[in-house]
Amino acid sequence: MSWQPSAALSALQARARMNHIIRHFFYEREVLEVETPLLSQAAVVDPNIEPMQTQHGRWLHTSPEYAMKRLLCAGSGDIYQLTKVFRHGEAGRKHNPEFTMLEWYRVGVTLRQLQHEVADLFARLLAPRYVNLPVLFLSYDEAMTQYAHISVHDAADESLSDLGISLAGQDLHLTRDGWLDVIMSHAVEPALPKRTLVFIDDFPASQAALARVEPNGQGQCVARRFELFFNGIELANGYHELTDADEQRQRFMAQAQGRPLDEHLLSALAQGPLPDCCGVAMGLDRVLMLQQEAQHIADVLSFDWSRA
Amino acid sequence: MLENEPCSIIENEYVKPGKGQAFNRVKLRNLRNGRVVEKTFKSGDSLEGADVIEVEMEYLYNDGEFWHFMATDGSFEQHAASADALGDTVKWLKEQEVYTIILFNGGVLTVSPPNFVELTVAETDPGVKGDTAQGGNKPATLATGAVVKVPLFINIGDVLRIDTRSGEYVSRA
Repeated sequence: MSWQPSAALSALQARARMNHIIRHFFYEREVLEVETPLLSQAAVVDPNIEPMQTQHGRWLHTSPEYAMKRLLCAGSGDIYQLTKVFRHGEAGRKHNPEFTMLEWYRVGVTLRQLQHEVADLFARLLAPRYVNLPVLFLSYDEAMTQYAHISVHDAADESLSDLGISLAGQDLHLTRDGWLDVIMSHAVEPALPKRTLVFIDDFPASQAALARVEPNGQGQCVARRFELFFNGIELANGYHELTDADEQRQRFMAQAQGRPLDEHLLSALAQGPLPDCCGVAMGLDRVLMLQQEAQHIADVLSFDWSRA
Repeated sequence: MLENEPCSIIENEYVKPGKGQAFNRVKLRNLRNGRVVEKTFKSGDSLEGADVIEVEMEYLYNDGEFWHFMATDGSFEQHAASADALGDTVKWLKEQEVYTIILFNGGVLTVSPPNFVELTVAETDPGVKGDTAQGGNKPATLATGAVVKVPLFINIGDVLRIDTRSGEYVSRA
């Protein structure tokens, strides 16, 4: 046991500088900084994210998404938030169960415009270690085709699971989406070009979460969602937000696993309504890891999970 | 335990796409044959623990089929190792020397030699006088049958210190 911080003072200074750059970036763009509750009555229903609950029944947020959307429904306009979020069981070299997230929403922009804004912010955050970073846009299907030689839209379940089994070294008895996650994390992410901001968008419709599902140019249904990777690390996840309250309720109910639905959000979506907007969440600890060339997330946290 | 083989975990990386399923990519070393395999598990899956202990034991004798060892902890507990379990360590076996033995379900799984052992030269070409520092070497067969490269001045009957990790001559003992 050690009372000492897990991060060097230089990493703490880099974090303070990063926060300053972020606030300045959004101040210039007239995006409003907001705060929303960390503890709420309803929990996230994302199937692969496990929220933590206090003994008094409130849930720690896993992202500020629901409350920020309620602000958007209430007419806030463009907003951002820098906050701690909490996810049970997520611990590892690139994960700490409590971590810092930057989330922002832009009203009336396209997903591509938001991607460019994300790239602009990254350029500032990663300088001076990385300058003039090239930006690459790929669809999920293009990334899979190029780096795993499999077409998501055409591939049969068996060919996905066969490839997944060979990558995992054993049969994990996963769903189609589970095997896609294996292929993405084992074959695609490590093969993405380095020192390049790689945006992957147009996810399979089954992985839409709170993003819109629309036909792409080829008439295939895709989720209007993107993820940003840099040097093989996932850094951000953005959506063209679903605004349809009925569809939102259906998706919630399909995934709830007994957790209470956020009726506040559902009412806001029904009555707001949510303006046409795009939003993105970014893991700031990983940005610091890149900037500091840290090998472990603990190196950029004042006190990591084991010392907290 | 992985597929009925005892393994030790040498690396365990947590992998989780933000919205996707969580996995652990685990590197395991098979304790029987030393082979390293990489496998992915769903996070939260569990593996049976292997009933494995490591003990220090002194080599006693070979009965033609098994090699017998005795615990050095004062218990005088004895275990017999098969040729399989002994593996390459047979080249570095010496009576009264202490070896590290991994017991799995009560049987000898592996026998590891100390980093250095001292063994007698059984056979080599006659030594060349005066040649102590110049390069050049020759093969020498040790009492255990192991063949090592030694400097030209080494004679039959010399006791040599050998690094068992590289199988190289270190010095005269």
